[in-house]
Amino acid sequence: MLKRLTKLLQGIGSRMLERIWRLGAAARFFFYTMVYSGESLRRPQLVVREVYFTGVMSLIIILVSAFFVGMVLALQGYNTLQKYGSSDAIGVLVALSLVRELGPVVTALLFAGRAGTAITAEIGLMKATEQLSAMEMMAVSPIARVVAPRFWAGVISMPILATLFSMTGILGGYMVAVPLIGVDDGAFWSQMQANVDFKEDIVNGFIKSCVFGVACTLIALFEGYDAPPTAEGVSRATTRTVVISSLAVLGLDFVLTSFMLSP
Amino acid sequence: MTDNIVEIDNLSFGYKGRLLHKGINMSFPRGKVIAIMGGSGSGKTTLLRLIGGQLKPNHGQVRVDGEVVHNLDRSGLYRMRRKMGMLFQFGALFTDLSVFDNVAFPMREHTDLPESMIRDLVMMKLNAVGLRGAHSLMPTELSGGMSRRVALARAVALDPALIMYDEPFGGLDPISMGVIVNLIRSLNDALGATSIVVTHDVHETFSFVDYVYFVSEGVVVAEGTPEQLSKSDMPFVHQFVHGEADGPVPFHYPAPDYKREMLRGHDA
Repeated sequence: MLKRLTKLLQGIGSRMLERIWRLGAAARFFFYTMVYSGESLRRPQLVVREVYFTGVMSLIIILVSAFFVGMVLALQGYNTLQKYGSSDAIGVLVALSLVRELGPVVTALLFAGRAGTAITAEIGLMKATEQLSAMEMMAVSPIARVVAPRFWAGVISMPILATLFSMTGILGGYMVAVPLIGVDDGAFWSQMQANVDFKEDIVNGFIKSCVFGVACTLIALFEGYDAPPTAEGVSRATTRTVVISSLAVLGLDFVLTSFMLSP
Repeated sequence: MTDNIVEIDNLSFGYKGRLLHKGINMSFPRGKVIAIMGGSGSGKTTLLRLIGGQLKPNHGQVRVDGEVVHNLDRSGLYRMRRKMGMLFQFGALFTDLSVFDNVAFPMREHTDLPESMIRDLVMMKLNAVGLRGAHSLMPTELSGGMSRRVALARAVALDPALIMYDEPFGGLDPISMGVIVNLIRSLNDALGATSIVVTHDVHETFSFVDYVYFVSEGVVVAEGTPEQLSKSDMPFVHQFVHGEADGPVPFHYPAPDYKREMLRGHDA
């Protein structure tokens, strides 16, 4: 009995230690990424290329999802608001939901699934096929040449994608609310204009998406860079990217919202 | 300037409680092609990584061009690596870059040469390995032998003083193997470089190298010119050169007595 308990505690302890070790390794990885960022930002074409792969290539899934999310929001919102005779406020409901919460959060979740996994798999495979070692042997830092450009591309792409998500979502909401349900066109837009605050709503949403951009991209890069150089190692790392990014986004969203709503 | 570009003194290296090298001494004279041979898992590739400064020894020293590799800081190490070229076992070409961009990569990273000059240099390097016509292909469109030749062109892109080859013949057909053998020798002589070839292909290697080190169980068990080693009656060298299944390097992984183990199965 005592032996089994000791073994259980040892197991928990070693897992905890591994988690702490990985957290430390991720912090060190982030530090080096910052140190080498200057080198890669001096060659903006590297970042632009990665913005294309992480940002532009994620555009379709982001826009299509946003359109459907906006349409569902309008349907659900109208269903509830009409009970209180406030169906004209549908535009505000859709816009605030998207700009403050759904835009940054859903974009980050989709980004983690689309671009994050691609980054992890690419870097993991580069490691497995000795491409990163080859770079090291050519006196080129993989952090400066491979990691930092992808990091900044993710940080730049996320707020832009979140903004486009919100805009497309509002358009989707409009398509359902106005032509389909018959809400007044003027009421839809004017209520939105009157009640969405630039600083409180739009800027806060923008800040969230920037934070999510840092978190999701860093997790994807670290998981790829730290992946064991085997097929199984890369596949596990890719799965971890989605799981950890999703949890990080939802956790960070709560923390950020608490700070933003505190007086 | 010392006569040896690389000197390994009393080198010991190991990890996870296993000692891979136990006091290895080697020297690599300038201008020569030297092979490091040994069975799989004998730590040959690790030796290259120790020379390149990707690993640090537990004891002993590796000196490249008179400098102790593991005492160098990052910038010192990178300065030293610019004098080196390395051909990885499977080429390690950058899969997102074309053949041309792969060869141009070190030039673009380390020189301020205009693009027109880089183009000429890349074409010259690719011509030397016979793949000028393949400059626009992507690495996924190349055969194993072609990948190795492109990687070779990339390894010599900056005319290094030391070129290291990690298993350059692995998985190649006889024609590609012959091509790589000729390229290693001719590039070494044309550049006035020193080449270290890690391999276990005896016959190809003996046909073109100047000197051979045999490594087994963490130590240098034999060394000499290919002629000397071909005539050697040392049991390990004899087994290795003649490809005998059993000898000092046992065929069987250590295991309990065969008969007893089989009978135990029946008893159960």
